[in-house]
Amino acid sequence: MKVINIDKEKWASGVESLTSTYRLFGPVKEDDSHNFKELKKGELPDLAYGNSKLSPKSAVFPPSEAMFTYSLDEKNENHHILNDVKKDYSPRAVLGIRPCDAKAVSLVRMNFDTKEYRDPYWMDAFEATTFVGLACDNPCSTCFCTSTGCGPFSEEGLDVLLVENGNAYIAKALTAKGEKLMDAAGFKTAGDDSAIAAKKAAAEAKITASIETDKLSEKVIMDLYDAPIWDDISFSCINCCTCTYACPTCWCFDIQDENKGLSGVRMRNWDSCMTPLFTMHGSGHNPRSQKKQRVRQRFMHKLKYFLDKYQKGIMCVGCGRCVQQCPVNIDIRTVSKKMNDYVAAS
Amino acid sequence: MENPYKAYPVRIDSIDVATQDKSLRTFKFVFLNEGDEEKFAYESGQFAELSIPGKGEIPIGIASSPTEKGFVKFTVFRTGLVTNHLHNMKVGDIMGVRGPLGNSYPLKDLEGKNIVIIGAGFAFTTLRSTIVYLLDPKNRSRFGNIDVIYGARNPGMILYKDELTVWEKRDDINMHITVDSTDDPSWTYHTGFVPTITETQAPKADENTYAIMCGPPMMLKFTKPVLDKLGYSHDKIIMSLENRMKCGIGICGRCNIGKELICKDGPVFTLEQLKHMPEEDT
Repeated sequence: MKVINIDKEKWASGVESLTSTYRLFGPVKEDDSHNFKELKKGELPDLAYGNSKLSPKSAVFPPSEAMFTYSLDEKNENHHILNDVKKDYSPRAVLGIRPCDAKAVSLVRMNFDTKEYRDPYWMDAFEATTFVGLACDNPCSTCFCTSTGCGPFSEEGLDVLLVENGNAYIAKALTAKGEKLMDAAGFKTAGDDSAIAAKKAAAEAKITASIETDKLSEKVIMDLYDAPIWDDISFSCINCCTCTYACPTCWCFDIQDENKGLSGVRMRNWDSCMTPLFTMHGSGHNPRSQKKQRVRQRFMHKLKYFLDKYQKGIMCVGCGRCVQQCPVNIDIRTVSKKMNDYVAAS
Repeated sequence: MENPYKAYPVRIDSIDVATQDKSLRTFKFVFLNEGDEEKFAYESGQFAELSIPGKGEIPIGIASSPTEKGFVKFTVFRTGLVTNHLHNMKVGDIMGVRGPLGNSYPLKDLEGKNIVIIGAGFAFTTLRSTIVYLLDPKNRSRFGNIDVIYGARNPGMILYKDELTVWEKRDDINMHITVDSTDDPSWTYHTGFVPTITETQAPKADENTYAIMCGPPMMLKFTKPVLDKLGYSHDKIIMSLENRMKCGIGICGRCNIGKELICKDGPVFTLEQLKHMPEEDT
């Protein structure tokens, strides 16, 4: 680990130098909120942001992406055969990702990179990416990262952690990838990280919201599944899917063929367990036809199935997006408390 | 590592109408590229995504047996967008097969055991694969008694009739074929639902006897208590499940029941395992 001091005056020129070797993604202000976008030449990430409305997961997992192309023209020698799509997996960097969102990427990786299968699209994009995080000095009122095994200064999933310190950033280059990026930016001045501990403690102290999960691992899946809490939790849900699209740890996708004339593209698109079509069989039978079943699936997946399957904590990093954006105020912290407190009648 | 989403190109080698009502057809595919058949090495109980560029993919159980070489076979019910299209395709048409996917019936663990295979309707495909595997001269001696209980709505809906007739005549497999009802006076087999026939024909449970069961939800629901009555312990009842799938490799997130993914952790589970998994319909 290397500590580097970046004078804020040199930030812009450093970012400019990166553009020769990296595609850059960062928070950009759109209307009244921020979102992660690929930065245009000369554009700087707006680091004076709270957090983005959508998570930056799209930097490695775009909402829509082409998997294959094909020809339906029988005159074409290779008709009806899938062709790989040439993709740009040249080095890219996400600048200013919050620590919660970076931890989310490392949780999601467990889904896309398994012993048996490696998802080439997600993994190639992930491996091409350097994550430059920005520590949170002013967490939002809905942040509860400190109770999810994360925190405003968490380093998990990051290659570099930037900590704002007056007129400078203290940069911790945490990995070889991170050091390489610092070099490419020309950030070489040795720094001092002694100021970080106090800033970290101050930021953590500002986070007062929390999620209760301590008893979830000892619960039995079937007990929670059958618990009489789901009607109440799901009552107000309108299945708008906002929670799943905004969530940094939601990864479900659909695969669809899109044709134009005699050629087409096999696409994959973000999908959501909140929609009935997600699980509808060809026969019309649907194991999750009711919203209660779908809402239960979402929370059981995040707070119990994932926990039991990987033993790496819950599938939530406490970013608070779903809490902020749910139009009917369904709150994962309330749901988790209900699950955590639930004792099955014996 | 190869892209697990990319289907092997195949040519449709033959299409057979499998039932009288033409709702099922059996497709035999031949791999276009040398070496792909070897890469597609599968076991009975596994499935594959039939991949039709321009339409999409569907997960279908493999009906051929690993002992049958030179092709791979699927029997497909016509029900949605992709299967409707597939039913209209012709011999010689090009499409894709992606897999093999999922786990398989644990036939290695069943060596030396008696096996009763219980199937109904068009869920008989991976069971056909299993029977062909078990009856292969290289394999038969490694297994104990084999009983097959197979039911269909009526004689016209029975799959693989030619093969059933041949198996009927063998003395190393006990066939119990049944239809729900028929007005055909020449019908010489059983009449009645699968659970009823199971009750009278299935061997009594013992330490050495396993049941492999695949069928529509109603048949499963009513056959489970019969097997209980016959004394089958739940770790000796092996079942195959299905759900809507896209990726087939445990990544896209829709086919789970509880923390298990049917596509990757299944589709084959024992009833003992299923007892600890939620029934998603409730």
